Amino acid sequence: MVTSKVASSSVSTARKTVAETVVIDGNKAAAYGAMLSRAQVVAAYPITPQSPVVENLSTFVADGLLDADFVDVESEHSALSVLHGAALAGARTFTATSGQGLCFMFEPYVRTSSMRLPIVMCIATRETLTPQSIWGGHQDAFLVREAGWIQMFAENNQEILDSVIMAYKIAENPDVALPVNVCFDGFYLSHMAERVDLPPQELVDSFLPPPRVLHSTLDPDHVMAVDPLTPGDLLVQYRHMHVQAMQRAKKVIVDVHKEFAELFGRSYGGLIEEYRMDGAEMAIVANGAPVGTAREAVDIARANGKKIGLVKLKTMRPFPRQELCAVLGNLKAVGVMDKNVCYGWASGAILMEVRSALKDVKNSPPVVGFIDGLGGADITLEDYDRAIGIIEEAAKGDVENEVTWLALEEE
Amino acid sequence: MGKVKYTTKYQAAVAEGLFVVNTGDWRYQRPVTESTRCCKCAQCWVVCPVNSRYELPTHYETDLSYCKGCGMCAAECYVGAIAMVEEIRD
Repeated sequence: MVTSKVASSSVSTARKTVAETVVIDGNKAAAYGAMLSRAQVVAAYPITPQSPVVENLSTFVADGLLDADFVDVESEHSALSVLHGAALAGARTFTATSGQGLCFMFEPYVRTSSMRLPIVMCIATRETLTPQSIWGGHQDAFLVREAGWIQMFAENNQEILDSVIMAYKIAENPDVALPVNVCFDGFYLSHMAERVDLPPQELVDSFLPPPRVLHSTLDPDHVMAVDPLTPGDLLVQYRHMHVQAMQRAKKVIVDVHKEFAELFGRSYGGLIEEYRMDGAEMAIVANGAPVGTAREAVDIARANGKKIGLVKLKTMRPFPRQELCAVLGNLKAVGVMDKNVCYGWASGAILMEVRSALKDVKNSPPVVGFIDGLGGADITLEDYDRAIGIIEEAAKGDVENEVTWLALEEE
Repeated sequence: MGKVKYTTKYQAAVAEGLFVVNTGDWRYQRPVTESTRCCKCAQCWVVCPVNSRYELPTHYETDLSYCKGCGMCAAECYVGAIAMVEEIRD
C-alpha cells in the first residue's frame, strides 16, 4: 500500500495530524469518516458488503461519539428519501449502500443530484445481479455514473476515510452543490483490515466548515415548493446548471485535495494520480483497489527495464478528460484495467471513456482494454504481467484484440 | 457556447409559494354557481384539486386563476348549484 506523503517537517511538528493509529477495515474507515465529518443525519439499510458501515455508525451514535439522528429505515429507497428531507432542512447527511441496494435506491438517487443536495454516500462496490453475487465488482457504481453524482474511488482504507471528509467539502462548495459517491471495492477494502491514521477531530473541524444553508432549505418563513412540476423551458436551464456544476467540480476537487494534503499530510491528486510516469512510454489506467496491485506490477516491470507507468483514476465523475489527454496523449500505448463491463461497447466503461477522451489528441496512442476482477475474482500480479505484455505489443503497433478478458481462455 | 442566459435565480427546481404551473390555462369549461341554490355544505371546496373554491357569506365561488375546469365541484354538489359552462376565449 503506497500513499504519497507530503514532505514537510513543519506539518508534523507544528500540528498534530494523527490522533490515533488503528487497524480497521474499509467499512469502519467509512464510518469514521462520517463521524469525524460530524454527519448530523444518518439513514441506511444494511446490505452485504456495506452492512458494517451502518452497524459502526449505529454504535458510534449509541456510544455518544457521534451526535447524529440515526434513522432506522425499512429500505434503501427510504434511506435516501429520508436524507432528502434532512438535507433540505439544512443537515449534513450520510448513507452507504451496495449493489442491489443501490438499485433499490435508484428512484431517489437520480433526484438527489438535480436537486443539488450535497449528500455523501459510500458505495461498497458489488456486482449487480444477476448472476447472484455478493462479491466485489465495480458494476453498481459504474451503472449509475450518468445519474449526475460526483464519483470518486478509493485505493485503500486510509483514502476511504480521507475521501469521505473531502467529499463533504466538495459537495457543500456553493460552486458545486452536488452529491458525492465515495466508492470502495466490496470485500477487498470493505472487509480487509489495514492501518489507518485517524486525524484529530479539531483538525477535521478546521478543514470542514459547518453545513451551509442550501438554496432550498425548508423554512416556514419562506414557503417554497421543492421540485414542483417544471415546464420544459425551465428544465433545460436546470440541466445546464447541473452540467456546468459538474465541470466546476473538477477544480474544486483538485483544490480540496491540495488543501487536505497541506493540513493532513496525505496527498491523493484529486482527479488522477500519476505513478512512475516520468520517462514512461506506456501506461496502465486503473481505479479503486486494483491500483494497489498495479503499483507493484509497474515496479516489477520497471525493474525489468520496461518504460511503463500507472495512472490512477480517482475521480470518474466528472471525467478528467483534459488531464488524461495531458498525461496519456504522447505515449506509445495505453492499457486500461476495467473491473466492470460496458455492454454497448463490448469493453469496460473506463476504456470507452479514455478512448473517447484521447480523440482530442492528434496521433493519440492505441488503447487496449482488460476486463478482470468480476464477481469478486482477484486481479493478480500475473494478470497485470499479461496485460503489460499486451500493452507492449500494442506499443509496437500490434493490437490483436482491443479488449482482453483476462479470466477467460480462448478455445 | 458562451455564457447562457437563465430565467431563474435558483439552481434546482424550486418554486416560491405552492403553484408553479398555471393550471388556469388548461380550462375549456368554467364552473358557474347559482348562489340561491347553494346550501354552504362546502363539498365543492373539499373536492377541488387546486383549492380554487372560496367561501362568501351566501355561497361558494371559484377563483379562476388556477381553476382547470375539471368539473369535480359540479359533479359533487349536493344541490346541483354548479353548472360547467364552455369557456370562450379569443
